[in-house]
Amino acid sequence: MSDQQPATDNILELTDLSKRFGGLLAVDSVGLNIKRGEVFALIGPNGAGKTTLFNCVTGLYQPTSGKVMFDGKDITGSKPHQVARLGIARTFQNIRLFDYMSALDNVRVGHHVRMKAKMWDSLFKLPRERKEEAVITEKSMDLLRFVGIARQANKYARNLPYGQQRRLEIARALATQPKLLLLDEPAAGFTPQEKVELMQLVKKILARGITVFLIEHDMKVVMGISERIVVLDHGEKIAEGPPDEVRKDRRVIEAYLGKSA
Amino acid sequence: MSVGDLGFFLIVAIALVLLAGEAVAHPSQFAQVLVFGLADGAIYALVALGYTMVYGIIELINFAHGDVFTLGAYVGATIMAFFAGASEDSFLVANLIALLITFPVVMLIMGAVNITIERVAYRPLRNAPRLAPLITAIGMSFLLEGIMFLWHGPATVHVPDLLPHGAGFQTTIGGVFISFKDVFVVIAAAILVTLLAIFINGSKLGKAMRATAQDRDASQLMGININRTIAATFFIGAVLAGAGGMIWGLYFNTITYNLGFRTGLVAFTSAVFGGIGNIPGAALGGMVIGLTAAFSDNYIGSKWTQVVIFGILIGVLVFRPTGLLGMRVPEK
Amino acid sequence: MSEPTTVKKPGSLWARLHLRERIKDRDTAIYGVLLVVVLVWPMSTYYATGSSFLTSQAAHAGTWVLLAIGLNVVVGFAGLLDLGYAAFFAIGAYCYALFASFQLQSSPLHHAYHLPFWLMLFVGMFVAAAAGAILGFPTLRLRGDYLAIVTLGFGEIVPQLFLNLDQWTGGINAIGSIDQPSLPGWITGPWAGATSIAILPNFNFSYDPTAYYVLVVIMIIIAVVLVTNLHRSRLGRAWMAIREDEVAAAAMGINTVTTKLLAFSIGASFSGFAGAYYGASFGLVSPDSFLFVVSITVLVMVVLGGMGNITGVIVGAIAIYFVLNNVLVSLPTNAESFANAVGLGFITKTNGDWPGLAEEARRLQFLLYGLILVGMMLLRPQGLFPSRVREQELKHDAVVEEETVAEQVPAR
Ligand SMILES: Nc1ncnc2c1ncn2[C@@H]1O[C@H](COP(=O)(O)OP(=O)(O)O)[C@@H](O)[C@H]1O
Ligand SMILES: [Mg+2]
Repeated sequence: MSDQQPATDNILELTDLSKRFGGLLAVDSVGLNIKRGEVFALIGPNGAGKTTLFNCVTGLYQPTSGKVMFDGKDITGSKPHQVARLGIARTFQNIRLFDYMSALDNVRVGHHVRMKAKMWDSLFKLPRERKEEAVITEKSMDLLRFVGIARQANKYARNLPYGQQRRLEIARALATQPKLLLLDEPAAGFTPQEKVELMQLVKKILARGITVFLIEHDMKVVMGISERIVVLDHGEKIAEGPPDEVRKDRRVIEAYLGKSA
Repeated sequence: MSVGDLGFFLIVAIALVLLAGEAVAHPSQFAQVLVFGLADGAIYALVALGYTMVYGIIELINFAHGDVFTLGAYVGATIMAFFAGASEDSFLVANLIALLITFPVVMLIMGAVNITIERVAYRPLRNAPRLAPLITAIGMSFLLEGIMFLWHGPATVHVPDLLPHGAGFQTTIGGVFISFKDVFVVIAAAILVTLLAIFINGSKLGKAMRATAQDRDASQLMGININRTIAATFFIGAVLAGAGGMIWGLYFNTITYNLGFRTGLVAFTSAVFGGIGNIPGAALGGMVIGLTAAFSDNYIGSKWTQVVIFGILIGVLVFRPTGLLGMRVPEK
Repeated sequence: MSEPTTVKKPGSLWARLHLRERIKDRDTAIYGVLLVVVLVWPMSTYYATGSSFLTSQAAHAGTWVLLAIGLNVVVGFAGLLDLGYAAFFAIGAYCYALFASFQLQSSPLHHAYHLPFWLMLFVGMFVAAAAGAILGFPTLRLRGDYLAIVTLGFGEIVPQLFLNLDQWTGGINAIGSIDQPSLPGWITGPWAGATSIAILPNFNFSYDPTAYYVLVVIMIIIAVVLVTNLHRSRLGRAWMAIREDEVAAAAMGINTVTTKLLAFSIGASFSGFAGAYYGASFGLVSPDSFLFVVSITVLVMVVLGGMGNITGVIVGAIAIYFVLNNVLVSLPTNAESFANAVGLGFITKTNGDWPGLAEEARRLQFLLYGLILVGMMLLRPQGLFPSRVREQELKHDAVVEEETVAEQVPAR
């Protein structure tokens, strides 16, 4: 992405973002800035509103108020597919793969938004369509190799073991060629060994010039890879800063351990 | 209020204005159509309740439900034929006895039939691909129609005219002809719907049904027996459909094996109109669709009624997919 | 092996058709068997029965195969439930019937049109696709089941409209004497038929069911090739992604509304195409040929064959057609002759309430069809030949091996 002139230093800027469900303010006037090329972590107890914030950024939910700026453009209220086209990809907390499609096809779907083939090209298998398919297949295999599950290319996504499903979801997200990757609890349910591998993977992704915004509970993982953290509690931002600082914050400790602590 | 809602209410308002004009111009004809519409609508409401309850709890369009309704009329006709003392010419005590016995028996039989259908044909497919239970429901519909066809062939079947009728039981009020039967249909349906509402809101099983419709997994965790709750839903739906079939038979006195197909679709439309999954909505939807059908029969021409009703179905889903009273939208 | 990105340039026709990959499929075996049966069918059945009845029946069954292939795009690929598919079929059929018969002579237009079949085939297709788009546009944004309900309503309205608008369509009297297709001169010249210099058979649509048979086989082959192409393309994968998880598909950048709309319209266009063919081959188009039961039957063919899998759907269509039009139809006569053969001739006679065996068997048809549906779904809810992951990426197995080796080398 070096050929592009960044409009600002920040790839994502949220201003006063709120999301209300009936009487529940799931996200409450949250503002945060994510810098190009960093790993930014969002933590907070269950139900704090982290996933809801992701959904507001990626267009799955319409924010009740506030603004989402991505790469210098206002994308508040954009449709999910428009957001993906602009360069935000994501994974889901509860894995959402295309179960009855092969791992390879899952990744090829990820390339959809960067492909050019129209219906007529596909109907008649025109040469340019066939060429594009071949290129995309190769790229997809590369991505499967990148996350380390190339051998499972022809298996149904649902038949992969849990850890590999999480990796496949990352590969699929990377296939959209994002500038910003949102990972929703990517290490949930992982063994310590798998967590280490995941941290390595995130670093490899970062090395590709992709900014990473992740939700994670495990402080070891967070401390290991991210420079800055925002803590959310009851939808409100209660702390922000480098991990070891945030860890000592009184309000953060209260949020996690309850007021009595 | 969204644009869709606005469109929806606009169309409803136009229809109401047109009808009001008609009501002023020809009040007695209008009132007459109203009476027919209410009677039909009451029956649609009874059938619509079964669709809406089943859809609410397992998200299945139970195509066989309309045929359960017809089967109710078939079974009822057969049972009533046993009462030799009952008369079609005058209303005797024997008629009353026949009706008082036949109604509950038919309702129980239809409940049992529907529980069996659920147990045999739907429950094994609860986790199958979505289309499988739907095809099974269609198969069940053919099966039930096949049974009735086998039973009495393609001809219309006569249902004994045991309700009070004839000179003493009808009157003309201001040019509007009203018979005892009209009143009976509406009151019987109203009683059944009220009983259902009391049951759903008051009983433990009713609460279990509502909870299961909200969130099946959570209900299971709370110790609700899902299989029993779903079976109960099918039972109650069929009890109402069976009663509806009986009432239809007593009102019109002729039935055919494939009556349930069209009636079922209309009742289903009523359920969607009221907001599928919504029990008061189904009752209201049935009345509205019954009235619409009667008005269309009269003012547009009966050959267009089907187009009107299904046009409404599409219009509702396009402009206000939650129906009149709103539907239960399950979380993804 | 050179670097993995070099896919073998499409050289020979063999490679172009991707035949090598296709042969590895289970499906190819089915295609092979079907192709052989299709080739020998007209001759062998004529030889066996002395009439071309079975050929004309096969030509009729072809309509259903086309319908099932089209509905499979909607239901099997994109996961959209269409319960009014027959409406588009009706639109295609009426499109042809109105403009290729004397019908419009007696309409308010007072002028009969006789447009050529080959043109109307495509017109029917586009009109049906347009109807699909118009119906789909406002409704495809809604949740899945709503589409089922909307299409159900549409499927009830359309035949009723053709029935009610009798000024134009003849209503219940149907449209008859519909034009037969005619072939261009370069096919029907003196080199065809029984003349002394004939090298081609005489394909005359007005006498010969074989002509329709050949036509429908060609149409099916084209349909299969096109649909297979779509299935394994950007669009086909987008459909499946939507079928599997609409939210995730949207998050991957798929515009779910337009993609679903495409599936819906393409499915409808097949139905319109099949409708025009049906109008010509059957010669009569009547509103009661497009009722709900037609939509359901096509849906059953798709689900029974194995949704999403084209070969399965074709086999499903043929199987259901056979059951409905042969097994069930001939049941009464078969039952009767069986009873006579085993000396139970008396049960074939009417007796009091007993309508006679043949009549009883006729009445059983409905019930049996229902039983077959329920039984099949309970036994095989995923269909006869469910689609499965094809080992299509054979060329990559080598690549994967390579990677495996590469992974292991530093570990040692
Ligand atoms: N679609 C929704 N409708 C209603 N409430 C929701 C919805 N999505 C999330 N919530 C509520 O918003 C709150 C925040 O949820 P979530 O963002 O998933 O939290 P986290 O990801 O931090 O665990 C929770 O109380 C949850 O119940
Ligand atoms: Mg979450």
